[in-house]
Amino acid sequence: MSMLKFFLGFIACLLPFSNFAGQGKLLATPGVSQVEGSAGGGLVPWAQLAGYATDDEFAINGFCSRADVSDYTLDVCGAQINLFNRVEFSYAEQHFDVPALNTKIEQSITGAKIRLYGDIVYSQWPQLSLGVQHKSLRDGAVATLVGAEKTSGTDIYLAASKLHLGALAGYNWFWNMTTRYSEANQLGLLGYGGANSRQKLLFEGSTAIFLSRDIAVGIEYRQKSNNLGLGEEDWRDVFVAWMPNKYVSVTAAWLDLGSIAGADDQTGWYLSVTGYW
Amino acid sequence: MKSTLIIVALLLMLGGCKSTGGPTLYQQLDGKAGIERLIDSFINQIARDEKIIHYFEDANITHFRDGFINHLCALTDGPCEYIGDDMVAIHTGMNINETDFNHVVELLINAMNELNINHTVQNKVLAKMAPLRAEIIEI
Repeated sequence: MSMLKFFLGFIACLLPFSNFAGQGKLLATPGVSQVEGSAGGGLVPWAQLAGYATDDEFAINGFCSRADVSDYTLDVCGAQINLFNRVEFSYAEQHFDVPALNTKIEQSITGAKIRLYGDIVYSQWPQLSLGVQHKSLRDGAVATLVGAEKTSGTDIYLAASKLHLGALAGYNWFWNMTTRYSEANQLGLLGYGGANSRQKLLFEGSTAIFLSRDIAVGIEYRQKSNNLGLGEEDWRDVFVAWMPNKYVSVTAAWLDLGSIAGADDQTGWYLSVTGYW
Repeated sequence: MKSTLIIVALLLMLGGCKSTGGPTLYQQLDGKAGIERLIDSFINQIARDEKIIHYFEDANITHFRDGFINHLCALTDGPCEYIGDDMVAIHTGMNINETDFNHVVELLINAMNELNINHTVQNKVLAKMAPLRAEIIEI
């Protein structure tokens, strides 16, 4: 928690300068905050950098999310800084609640993302970004118990995003594709690697349609590897995001996270709020 | 995974359903009269905007209005050919940044909202204009 406090403290120091903070992007184009703290959808990091900063602005954002599925609850809070719409730094803390075992697993994630090319609205080709997420479990006891090799790991991902204006019967259509190198088991909450470890390059995708300037509905998919041999399954969701202005966004989703640590059919609700300065 | 791919494929197919033979975007904007109303509303938006108005300090508004009406008519497949000024030539030296460009897009959206132009027609207008950005900003 101390790192998050430090990060939020740093952001608080920047707030007096928030008159200079960015509001230059078009409404809704930054996306929201994904479950590991990067700008994205709910599950998938997107090529957009967090917040409304354009190439001569910076932006700072904070978010909290809750995923409540059959046997578990995941709470995440974090923050992002966008520098000149070129680099994004993020920090998030995850609290994974396992009521059946009366256990809480905590993980912190430090992320960085660099925009390599383009703009989701204006460039001819999709916006392209490269990101990393370094994740570390506070207490690796559960991870070790279920057979994970490590208690920290680093994901690397390449994301491409594009918004096509008026492309679907006049509605704006968004898509994102992400390829991730990862050894994480269930985001890393169950550690990294395992006896069954094979596939490390994973595919993730999202697509959405904007019903209006401020409401998007869409779906997401995130491929998972089954390193522990515990039947880890791909994740998916259906979401609706509401971005009424450039200061706040609210995302609700229905999740299907498959089997988690032997408990099948983990479906449930997701709610996330991001604030933008 | 399979269902995601099917949905993406369906979305792509939907996107392919461009109305061929239907009304042009020009007609959906109510032709010349509609475009004139839109540009007048847009000019009003600019005139009221402290962030943007300075770009028009030396502009001849009548010339701007006529040129934009002509340009939008041509862009929306109306019975016009754009004979106005070269986009790069007009904007060179103005140093319009990304933020101000997007703000002008927002003013255009405000103008379209003010005239109750359908959301999907608005998007199609924006799609026609978006490719011009490279000839307008940061020059």
